[in-house]
Amino acid sequence: MANTVWKAKRRNLAPWLFLAPGLIMFIVYVIIPIFQSMWISFYDWDGLGEKTWLGLANYVELLDDDAFYTSLKNNVIWLVLYMLALPAGLFIAIFLNQSIRGMRLYKSLFFFPFVISQVVVGLMFSWFYAPNFGLFYNLIESFTGQGIAILADDRFVTYGIIVAGLWPQIAYVMILYLTGLNNVAPDQIEAARLDGAKGWKMLWYVVLPQLRPATFIAVVVTVIGALRSFDLVSVMTDGGPYGSSRVLSFYMYEQALSEYGYRMGYGAAIAVVLFAIMMVFISGFIWKMWRDERGR
Amino acid sequence: MVRYRTGAVALTAVLMMSTAGMAQDKRVVTYNADFDPAPLAAMEEVIASFEEANPDIEVQLNNFDHEGYKTSIRNFLSADAPDLANWYAGNRMKPFVDAGQFADVSDVWEEHGLKDKLASALPSMTFDDKQWGVPYTYYQWGIYYNKDAYEAAGVEVPGPEGVSWDQFLQNCEKFKAAGIDCVTTGTKALWPGAGIFDYINLRTNGYEFHMQLTAGEVAWTDDRVKAAFAEFAKLQPYLTRNHAALDWQDAAALLVQGKAANYVMGNFAVAVFKEGGMTNDNLGFMGFPEITEGLPRAEEAPTDTVHLTTGAKNPEDARKFLAYLATAEAQTTINNAMGQLPINKDATVGDDPFLQAGFEMLSTADGGIAQFFDRDAPAEMAKAGMEGFQEFMVKPENVDRILERLEKIRGRVY
Repeated sequence: MANTVWKAKRRNLAPWLFLAPGLIMFIVYVIIPIFQSMWISFYDWDGLGEKTWLGLANYVELLDDDAFYTSLKNNVIWLVLYMLALPAGLFIAIFLNQSIRGMRLYKSLFFFPFVISQVVVGLMFSWFYAPNFGLFYNLIESFTGQGIAILADDRFVTYGIIVAGLWPQIAYVMILYLTGLNNVAPDQIEAARLDGAKGWKMLWYVVLPQLRPATFIAVVVTVIGALRSFDLVSVMTDGGPYGSSRVLSFYMYEQALSEYGYRMGYGAAIAVVLFAIMMVFISGFIWKMWRDERGR
Repeated sequence: MVRYRTGAVALTAVLMMSTAGMAQDKRVVTYNADFDPAPLAAMEEVIASFEEANPDIEVQLNNFDHEGYKTSIRNFLSADAPDLANWYAGNRMKPFVDAGQFADVSDVWEEHGLKDKLASALPSMTFDDKQWGVPYTYYQWGIYYNKDAYEAAGVEVPGPEGVSWDQFLQNCEKFKAAGIDCVTTGTKALWPGAGIFDYINLRTNGYEFHMQLTAGEVAWTDDRVKAAFAEFAKLQPYLTRNHAALDWQDAAALLVQGKAANYVMGNFAVAVFKEGGMTNDNLGFMGFPEITEGLPRAEEAPTDTVHLTTGAKNPEDARKFLAYLATAEAQTTINNAMGQLPINKDATVGDDPFLQAGFEMLSTADGGIAQFFDRDAPAEMAKAGMEGFQEFMVKPENVDRILERLEKIRGRVY
């Protein structure tokens, strides 16, 4: 009798034991720092000296900070335009989902941008846009007689960086869809074809519904990718010209850690705002996932 | 950021080498620095001769890339402090002094008579009547120009005494007609633009006012600031158009290629110009033109310093090294190699014409010596100010908005 109780307990305990290392790491390095950041956001602290309690003053300052609104606006632009990765990735995936000689090579080539580091992507696009010798600059110059230095112009700079970011993101989404396409049931395609469906109708009513899991994941990674965009901004412009390409994550870094920053409290306040925005999306996704699981 | 990554690689390499070559029975002084290749070689020479004189001490130099150094110094000072660290004079070192990271080295100054020998840097090294480091070099800022570009545009090459502001602007008009940028700069990293503003403000309003402005004692919406920006606006149309996307080295390339005629820069740029193929024959240097007549001439000459950290494990030997670094011979060696000017008044200035010109210019500057905008102003104001200058250089019509924004930030920072 005692033996079976112990067995049952063991069965309950086992998953937790296996989870424990990961959970401890997650709590120590993710969960606790989140609360620490929130705590720091109530202080004025340069990272070295004494902390001074400010209460909500950092947040009040945020409300009156033009740079914060610029960053917020840019984050929204990122979020919206980054979604272009979905249709583009789907299109390329469908295009690559054929059996042609050498298709693996083409697939690898299309996937390549996702493999290289974001820093390299940023560098390549900086040269692409570079005034005087960049390919893009020279192309525009040869058409209009007047080159445009994308990264020096506050009207275009954010879009220029987003294009650079989309390049690897599209490759990522494409891979997600390629795996999804592998799982599309051939008999349903067959049946639809017998019923006379083809082209857009086939895609919309037969293929896309079956790609829903892939689409879901693609939306999640794209939203998170857009909100945490940092490396490209840092490599390509450092938030410039005059701060017009800042996003929240970069602004946080600038305030807290960069050469002229050292305002840990203020940086933490920005981080908390970014965290809150992410929470809205992430809890939305989790809620949807939970609903779907229960629905089955 | 880009150079930061290469710097990180270089750092790892240096770290590996330095640990591999660690001597067993010597007392070690660790030293974190951010030298370019030429000054690095010179500092190694200085270290070698110091070690020769003190056979029981070994100085381990960990070299970082500049931009990376500036972001990592806070981490290593509080986490794993070396004995010595490079930094800058003036307001830039104040946060570390206030936070108790830099040690008081007044005793070194006292003991070796440095207050006399390093007199020119004494004010910028002193807080609370104590000295917080040892300066070893400074360099002049001014206008470097390409004589070939002057000839190509048919503009008379200025003499060593420079030209008047009106003449300078007229020349700009001619350069514009010839399709050459009159003044180039690369403000991607923001600071090069501040050099232009500093000089215009120093020449329009003088040293005292500039110091008051960077110390937060004058409103940015003050009429005198507006007057300086009015002069700035006269220069604005002649600046390289896409400077916000250029690093300072990119702009140096424009000068070397003759696509730009003048560059407001520090003397460290000479090495880059010469690497690009310029020689003493076609590279020229002059002081920034006078704007308000009769103002005592002030110049810009940032001072680089070495500091003893409070976390130092071997402060005694580190003090010895600081004292050595302050000597005339050490300063002569390192500055000859760096192509910069020694602080020690007994040191010899290199025979490079640009150095001689700079030495002449600085030693006759009766107005005063400014450090640089981002060293005279506190960090937060510096960042906002330099962003403002950059925006102004692209969109001069925004001047009122920029100044109001800076005034708002001034209200918060000081």
